[in-house]
Amino acid sequence: MKYLLLRRITQISILTLFLVSNLYGLKILQGNLSSSMIFGTIPLSDPFAVLQLFLASFTLAGSAALGALIVVLIYALIAPRAFCAWVCPVNMITDFARFVRVKFGYDKDKKVVVFSKSFRYYILAFVLFMSVVMQTPAFEGVSFIGIIQRGIIYGGTLWIFVAFGVFAIDAFVGDRLICSKLCPLGAFYATIGKFAFIRVEHDSQNCTKCMKCKVICPESQVLGIIGKESGLITSSECISCGRCVDVCGDDALKFSIRNLRRK
Amino acid sequence: MKDRREVLKFGLKAISLVIAGGFTWSTQTNLKAQTLILRPPGARDEKGFMASCIRCGLCVEACPFDTLSLAKLGDNISFGTPYFTPRETPCYMCTDIPCTVACPTDALDVKLVSTDDKLDINKSRMGIAVLDPYSCIAFAGIQCDACYRACPLIDKALVLEYKRNERTEKHAFLLPVVDANYCTGCGKCENACVTKKAAIFVLPREIGLGEVNDNYVKGWIEDDDTRLKDIDTKIKLDQNKVKDYLNSGEI
Repeated sequence: MKYLLLRRITQISILTLFLVSNLYGLKILQGNLSSSMIFGTIPLSDPFAVLQLFLASFTLAGSAALGALIVVLIYALIAPRAFCAWVCPVNMITDFARFVRVKFGYDKDKKVVVFSKSFRYYILAFVLFMSVVMQTPAFEGVSFIGIIQRGIIYGGTLWIFVAFGVFAIDAFVGDRLICSKLCPLGAFYATIGKFAFIRVEHDSQNCTKCMKCKVICPESQVLGIIGKESGLITSSECISCGRCVDVCGDDALKFSIRNLRRK
Repeated sequence: MKDRREVLKFGLKAISLVIAGGFTWSTQTNLKAQTLILRPPGARDEKGFMASCIRCGLCVEACPFDTLSLAKLGDNISFGTPYFTPRETPCYMCTDIPCTVACPTDALDVKLVSTDDKLDINKSRMGIAVLDPYSCIAFAGIQCDACYRACPLIDKALVLEYKRNERTEKHAFLLPVVDANYCTGCGKCENACVTKKAAIFVLPREIGLGEVNDNYVKGWIEDDDTRLKDIDTKIKLDQNKVKDYLNSGEI
């Protein structure tokens, strides 16, 4: 439960910091997940949004460019898709939807829609293409992540329906459809996280092949090596949530730092 | 026959999906008439603004008067982009323009609101104040100068024109007149207007303003004719068309 707890604390405290900074005019963490300022000095920007802005106008914009660079470096160095598991508020909705899905047995229903795993990459390419064509950041115009996080930070009510829609799709239509099949932001972070350092390491000596990790993993295709060989989970589609580490009772999984030198 | 559990399960699924789908449908069909959008000072033209606004809300948080809000779902404005409603809270024209300075993507461009690299809020063009004479009580002969007094560019953007009241033959009309060369569209006049629905209100400039052809020379303005220096004078008019017009009996 350690990483799950840590994740929830991070996700909620980031939103809370945004919220109190907005409500009380504090300069701790101003803005929102699209672009923000820490202590009024360090800019942070959603690199995917900045990329779309660049494609929309072919000019690189002010301090947002620097902020995007900082964020890219952070996620490219730390862990693949750490944003998805540790920051994005939609993660909490998907996890809850998954809980309902399993608890009520919807996961045993006949599948209505089947998307390929790479569908989100097509959406990613489509978003970038549409940003050029429409001369406006295409995903930002429809982003459910944007609606939900702004709803939480700046108030309002209608975003709750969007959050409920995300929940309904994930719980009743397809397993983790939003995050692991559709979301272009997740695909973007998977792309830039290719060389990130912190990875889940598997020790097949300790593994008893109980497969608890595969059941709990939101991107179970990345756990291909479980029970077969020792090594790192190399796929950057891993969202670095650490749920597999949490549930493993055999001490076969842990976070470790990737050694870039060949052994 | 399905057992009770199966039926409940299906019911929950169906209800949830209908609610979610119904809401999505309602957001698409419930669209009201296009809202007129007033952007913060320094905003680039609407197309350029939409191409560069990252929707972070830093301008909203920078505004000390809580004038700006981020469009929410259902506001009929591309959600997450800043706008203001002058009838509720106008722009108070801070000289340090914190909203424009805070913008990380130059969607609010400091250059558009500075003269000689110094911030100049009076250069901002958020909109244009438009007057409806039929609901303005000053046109009814009542002395009201609420908008005029509220204008931060008093006697420049908003001027009072004195006119004789022919009906009473001893009073004057004090009529507010907007000068588009100075009006920033801050909306303090709209905010101050005493009528039930404001008789003076801010519209986006491209909607509230007309545009004159450049062949009309105002002889009383010095060098106004220099605009015509490079103009093409070899315009060929169709003689027959003119004859037809004269002979068609229209005059």
